Amino acid sequence: MKEEKSDKSAKKFGMVIDLDKCTGCGSCMVACMAENNVPFKEDESKKLVSITWMRVYRLTNGKSFPDTEICYLPKPCQHCGGKGEHGHSPCVSVCPATATDYNKETGIVSQIYTRCFGCRYCMAACPYHARYFNWWDPVWPKGMEEYLSPNVSVRMRGVVEKCSFCFHRYQLAKDKAYYEGRSDIGENEYQTACAQACPAGAITFGDLNDSGHAVYELKKNKNAFRLLERLQTNPKIYYLSSRQWIRRAGDNYLKNEK
Amino acid sequence: MKIGRRSFLSLGIGGIAGIMLSPLPWKLMDDSAIWTQAWPWTPVPPKGEATYVNSACTLCPGGCGISVRKINGRAVKIEGIEGHPVNDGGICVLGLSGLQLLYGPTRIRFPFKRVGERGAGKWSEISWEEAISEVAQKLGDLRKNGQSESVACLSGNDKGTVPALFKRFFSAYGSSNFMRIPSVSDSYELAVLRSSGQKAQLAFDIENSDFILSFGSGIIEGWGSPVHMIRANSIVRKAGGKIIQIEPRLSNTAAKSDKWIPINPGTEYALALGIANVIILKSLFNKNFVDSNTSEFNKFAAFVKSVYSIDNVEKITGIKKETIEALALEFAGAAKPVAVCGRGQGKVQGSLGEVMAVQALNALVGNINKKGGVFTVSDHRYFTLPGSVPDATKLANHFTDEVKSGKYTAAVLFVYESNPLYSLSDSKSVREAFAKIPFIVSFSSFMDETATNSDLILPNHVYLERYEDVYAASLPIPVISLSSPVVSPQFDTKHAGDVILKIAKKMGSPVADSFAWNSYDSYLEEAFGDNWKVLSEQGFLEDRTVALAALITASKKFDFTAGFTDIKSLYTPLVTEGDPDKYPLFLIPYDSMRIASGYIGDPPFAVKTVEDTVLKGNDILVEVNPVTAKALGLLEGNSAIVETARGKAKVKIHLFEGIMPGLVAMPRGLGHSAYDNYLAGKGVNINELIGSLEDPASGLDAAWGIRAALIKA
Repeated sequence: MKEEKSDKSAKKFGMVIDLDKCTGCGSCMVACMAENNVPFKEDESKKLVSITWMRVYRLTNGKSFPDTEICYLPKPCQHCGGKGEHGHSPCVSVCPATATDYNKETGIVSQIYTRCFGCRYCMAACPYHARYFNWWDPVWPKGMEEYLSPNVSVRMRGVVEKCSFCFHRYQLAKDKAYYEGRSDIGENEYQTACAQACPAGAITFGDLNDSGHAVYELKKNKNAFRLLERLQTNPKIYYLSSRQWIRRAGDNYLKNEK
Repeated sequence: MKIGRRSFLSLGIGGIAGIMLSPLPWKLMDDSAIWTQAWPWTPVPPKGEATYVNSACTLCPGGCGISVRKINGRAVKIEGIEGHPVNDGGICVLGLSGLQLLYGPTRIRFPFKRVGERGAGKWSEISWEEAISEVAQKLGDLRKNGQSESVACLSGNDKGTVPALFKRFFSAYGSSNFMRIPSVSDSYELAVLRSSGQKAQLAFDIENSDFILSFGSGIIEGWGSPVHMIRANSIVRKAGGKIIQIEPRLSNTAAKSDKWIPINPGTEYALALGIANVIILKSLFNKNFVDSNTSEFNKFAAFVKSVYSIDNVEKITGIKKETIEALALEFAGAAKPVAVCGRGQGKVQGSLGEVMAVQALNALVGNINKKGGVFTVSDHRYFTLPGSVPDATKLANHFTDEVKSGKYTAAVLFVYESNPLYSLSDSKSVREAFAKIPFIVSFSSFMDETATNSDLILPNHVYLERYEDVYAASLPIPVISLSSPVVSPQFDTKHAGDVILKIAKKMGSPVADSFAWNSYDSYLEEAFGDNWKVLSEQGFLEDRTVALAALITASKKFDFTAGFTDIKSLYTPLVTEGDPDKYPLFLIPYDSMRIASGYIGDPPFAVKTVEDTVLKGNDILVEVNPVTAKALGLLEGNSAIVETARGKAKVKIHLFEGIMPGLVAMPRGLGHSAYDNYLAGKGVNINELIGSLEDPASGLDAAWGIRAALIKA
C-alpha cells in the first residue's frame, strides 16, 4: 500500500470520556441508535447479537459487600490508528473487501456497507468487540420507518456495522463550511450524537491534534488511559478515572503483575 | 489428441489459475454481495432539507427542552436544546426514543368504544362527536341526580393549563375528586404545609451545594428533573463537592458517590434524627438560623436526645456509631450542606417522618431557602384564569381502597396522562377497584394497561403534536417550557384540553359558563397573557431574580415538630406487612434511567439498553447478595419464585455484591401486559407484589418494598 505523505493539517478525531462523570444512564447508546438508524428486535437481551455501536459496560472491582464498587464504561469503536499511526488498525488490515478503511485525513475508521460481504474477519480481528453483524434484515414496526434519517444508509442482512464517529455529521459540517467559503470547521460544528446527548457532559469529542480543542489537553490528564494499550492498536478513545482499579481494568494483567 | 493424466492435471490447474487471475472471481463475489444485499425491502429514507423545531418533552416530570430534526415533514431525531435552563443540550434515554412513541404501533388512532368484555380488546371506532356526546350525557345525568361527587379523575400531573382545565371542569361540575397520581411530591407538600404553613413544594439545590447527604434519592437515576440532576451531579464533582449516599443497595447514585453507606431499609429517618442529635449535642448547629427562623427547637432536641441516641441509632440502622458521628461533623462543617430525601425516582410517597427528619437537618444547618440548600417553592402563577378556581386536588393513595371497600362510589373515572392499573402498588386491589367503576374514560395516546381496560378512549395528541406548558419538576428556580407541535397529528386524535372544552360546551349551562374559549390554543395564549410572547418566542420562562427573592422572604418559621404535640407519633417505626417467619427476606424496588416506570412504557430503543443482568429473554433477574443466595441454595441464573403477602412471581437470580444480605432487589418498570411485543410480557411488575403501608402520622403510603420469600423453582 502506498504511504500517503503526512499532512500537517491532518486531523485526528478522538474522544475523551470522563468515567468519574459517567452515570451509566445509557443516553449515548440511544442517541447513537437514533442518529444512525440502528435497528432493534423483539428480544435484545442476547447481547452478543444486539447491535449497539456505542455500548455502556458495567465494571466491578470484584470485592464483596460492602466494599463493592461499580463503574460504567461507554465503549464505541476505538478508531485505532495502529502502530505509528499508519492506519494499520486490526480490522482494516484483514478486510478482504476494502469495506473498512482508515481515513488519513480524519483518523476515522470507516465501514462501507455495500462493499462488505459479511466474512466477519474484522470482527474476529477487533480486540474491542466494537463491530456488529447483521444476522437478520432490519424490520421496523409499521409506521416507524418514518423516523429513519437519510444521512445514514440502512444496513441489510449480512453486513458488518460499527461506530463511524457520526462521519455524516463531519461531511455536513464540511459542506456547510465550503458553502460559506471557509476551509475549516470549528470544534462545535462537528460533534458526535453521543457527545451531544450526554446529560453528564462526560464525553468530549474533537481533534486530538488541535491544541485549540478540549480533547487535546484532556488526553494528557494523569488519569487518562486507553483500552488494551499494550496491544499497540493506538486507539483514539481516552478514558479518565480517578480510581486506580478502573484504570487497571483497561488492560489485561497477570495476577501478580505490577 | 490423447488426454493423459499429466495434461489433464496441468490443464485443470492452469484453468483454475487462469480464472483466479481473471477478474471473474472478484466480479462474482461482488455480484453475490450486491445480490444478497440490495433487497427491495431494505428501506431507503427519502432525502430532503433538514429543519429544526424547538419544543419541550413531557414524557416525565423533567421538563427538558428538545429540538427535533425534521426532513420533509418527517421527524427524524430528538435532541436536547443547548442553553436550555433545564437540560442544556443533555437528553435522556426516554426523551431520545420519543419518535418511537410518535410513530409506534401502540398509538390509538381514533376514539374507541368498548364492545366486548372489558379488557378483551374489542373496540368499535366511533366519531369524536359521538364520543363527546356520550360522556356529556353520562355526566349530565349524574349531575341531575346529585351524584356529581361520583365522578373522579386520576391525572399524572397537576401543574399547567391542561390540569387547570380539568380542575376547573371538576369544580364547575361539582366534584372535588381531581387527583394526582401519588408521588413523593405529596409528602414534600405535606411537610412544608405542616412545618411552615405554606402551600409549596421542596426543591433541593443540588448543583450549588458542596455536601449532599442523600437518604436514598436516586440523584442520577431519574430523581426530580432527571437530566438536570445528572448535570448537577457533574457540576458538584467539578467543584469538588461531596455526595454521600445512604441506601441498602449500591445504586448508580451510590456507585458514583464519594461514600456509600448501606442502611437497614426503612430506617433512614432514624439515621437523620441520630445525626441531628449529634449536631445538637455538639452544638454544631446554626444558632442564628435556629433562633430566628425555627420554632419548637427545644422540644425536638429533647426528643432526639432521649430516643435517638447514637447507640440506639446504631442498633436501628445497622450503621456504626463512628460513621454516624463523622457524618454529623462533616454535614455540619460543610459550607453549603443539604440533606435530601425522596427515595429512588421519588415515585413513592414515603412517610412524613422521613421528610421531616431530613428537613430538620437542613434547618439545623440553616440551609432552608438558601443557595445550595433546600427551597420551598410555591406554585408559580405564571398563568391566570379569569374567575376563581377552587383547588380540587385530593390525595390519590386512598382512592382505590375507598372504591374497593365501597366507601366511595365512583360512577365515572377520567384517566389523564397516567396508567394507574400498571403504576399503582398492589395491582390486584387496583384491578378490583377498577372493576367496580362502571365507566372509565381514558385520554391516553397509547394502548397502555389502563386504556386497554377502559370503556371509552378519547386519544390525546402525543406531545410532539400539541401545544402545552411544561413544568420542570422541583427546581429552585421554576422553569416553564412550551411544548409545540413538531408534526401535524398523525391520527384522528384530539388535544385533551379541547376535549374537556367540548364536553363542557356539550353539557350546556351552568357547566359551560366557566369555559369561554373556543379552543385550547386560544385558552393557553389568553391564560399566559403578557408572558405568552416570551414563552412562545423563547420557548421557556424563567425568572431568576424575582423567583428567588420572592421565595426567601415568603418563607415562614420552620416548626421542628410539624405541629404534632406528641412528636413521637411523627416518627413511629412502620412495620412492613408479612410474617417474618414466612417471609424472611425483604423485597425492595429500584429505579433505572433505562426503564421508564411512569405512565409511559419503555420504547424499543430503551428496552435495548437494559442489561442482561436485569432482563434475559422474558425473564426478570432479581439481585441477591451471594451470602443470601448461598443460604438458599441459589446460584447465578437459577429460577426462583419471589413470594410476598400480595402475590408471587417467577424470577431468575443475579448475584450482586452491591446489595445488603437479606434483601432482594427488583427493577420498577417491567412486567407490562399492554404495549407492543418489544415491551409486553417482559419481566414482572413489582407493583403486583407490593402493597401499601400507611404512615399513621400522615395517611401517606410509606411502603418501600415488602417482606418476601425466595424459593428455588
